[in-house]
Amino acid sequence: MKIDSGNTAWMLTSTALVLLMTPGLAFFYGGMSRAKSVLNMMMMSFVSIAVAGMIWVGYGYSLAFSEGGGLSSFIGGFGDAGLVGLEKLATADDGTGIPQLVFVAFQATFAIITVALISGAVADRAKFGAWVVFSALWVTVVYLPVAHWVWWSDGEENGKAGWLFDLGALDFAGGTVVHINAGVAALALALVLGKRKGWPRDPMRPHNLPFVLLGAGLLWFGWFGFNAGSALSAGSTAAVAFINTLAATCAAAFAWIVVEKLRDGSSTTLGIASGVVAGLVAITPACAYVTPLGALALGVVAGAVCAFAVGLKYKLGYDDSLDVVGVHMVGGIVGALLIGVLATTSVNDAGADGILAGGGFGLLGKQAVAVGATLAYSFIVTLVLAKLIDLVMGFRISEEDEQAGIDSTAHAETAYDFGAVRTGVGGPAPAPAPEPTTTKVEA
Amino acid sequence: MKLITAVIKPFKLDEVKAALETFGVKGLTVSEASGFGRQKGHTEVYRGAEYKVDLVPKLRIEVLVESEDADDIIDVIVKAARTDKIGDGKVWAVPVDAVVRVRTGETGPDAL
Repeated sequence: MKIDSGNTAWMLTSTALVLLMTPGLAFFYGGMSRAKSVLNMMMMSFVSIAVAGMIWVGYGYSLAFSEGGGLSSFIGGFGDAGLVGLEKLATADDGTGIPQLVFVAFQATFAIITVALISGAVADRAKFGAWVVFSALWVTVVYLPVAHWVWWSDGEENGKAGWLFDLGALDFAGGTVVHINAGVAALALALVLGKRKGWPRDPMRPHNLPFVLLGAGLLWFGWFGFNAGSALSAGSTAAVAFINTLAATCAAAFAWIVVEKLRDGSSTTLGIASGVVAGLVAITPACAYVTPLGALALGVVAGAVCAFAVGLKYKLGYDDSLDVVGVHMVGGIVGALLIGVLATTSVNDAGADGILAGGGFGLLGKQAVAVGATLAYSFIVTLVLAKLIDLVMGFRISEEDEQAGIDSTAHAETAYDFGAVRTGVGGPAPAPAPEPTTTKVEA
Repeated sequence: MKLITAVIKPFKLDEVKAALETFGVKGLTVSEASGFGRQKGHTEVYRGAEYKVDLVPKLRIEVLVESEDADDIIDVIVKAARTDKIGDGKVWAVPVDAVVRVRTGETGPDAL
């Protein structure tokens, strides 16, 4: 196995960066939820790491990134299940590649964060066991096929690839696979679970905005691995992705707080944190195909559009509690479609020319097909899956538990214990009352 | 003896406390409270959505005083807490039967 050690070092680093995004997401979402359900919110992210990570090793990588026989356009096979025999392989034979297992680990972190992203739509009210079952099944029937459609190819000489890859739709780091996919799944899940008690009458404001900012910061930091790591090498493509991940995000964060100032009268910390994430989401599919100035433009559009999109839930009446739909689905669509306008082969030969680079409307059409296919597949399958889980085991906690707070009722913990009045004392539970000493005499 | 209770705007605490100390009040109790009066809360806009906030944050001050000082002390509080804007709060007094200082066991006006 001949590998490039520089590329391998960067990909090992990127993998760790992307994995850190999910704990970052836990803080981002945890801060936005209410004080009585912050632990459940963070727990949904952390358990997604555990569940999706195990699946990835078991059969996930194989179904997403291996040859699937007659169904190869749509799903992989079980040839690489358990990652057996991959330790001696590299992603390329010419000495520029990385060990296959590094690619496996890098892609695992994408499956993990995608399912964790969905949890923001169902704050305060999803049964934890049902969420665990959902996350395992969702990765299996939604994430793995879509990742295969968009990213799998067995090389130019063999010519087999996922159908969206074949079509020529561009998604550098996961705008369709990760963000549109998770965003529209969040919409389906919010519809199945229904509104929280009291929503939208009660203002269910974030309980800890410093957590939200901490989470947004960790996400941004990790996202450099997500985007620049998707080059799978430490070279000029990674550099383009890196600078664009900076440029678009700055523009989107600023655009969001300008919209807020004009519309609501104040610029909020929740706004700038949301703008950061909206910019990161939108630049994800486009980061290696546009110029830095293109990235600024894309960021402004994404920040402004998403700032308005988060208000849609009040008009349409779905309780997408932490705005997964408004930020990830809408931001993902903005980014995927703007590739069709802004992409240029001047920054990356492997890309394509969009409308402004003289490439005509063809690319935009392909992008629209990829967006539409992901939206339709993910929404329908998630809706059916969530409904089935709801019928079999119930997806929503009881009204009393929701009122009392899911942290104490589902996890037997609360995040904050500031009260001076204790409800229990330490030490072992008191011994049970002794058995009556009268002995029964057998006759 | 009387118990005077005042519900005031939170930012007026320092002025009210200073005025009461100047008057010679020996002790008081402050707690956070929320509620509404005739102003009936207000609407806030957050993340593009309008909310009606009907419970407004207030502070509750409680002072135990001798009956003959009650009217003067109410006057001191009202003057210090007033902004002339809606939501300034309320002050009232009720008679108190018994007061005991926990440390010494003194009772009645001696315990104030």
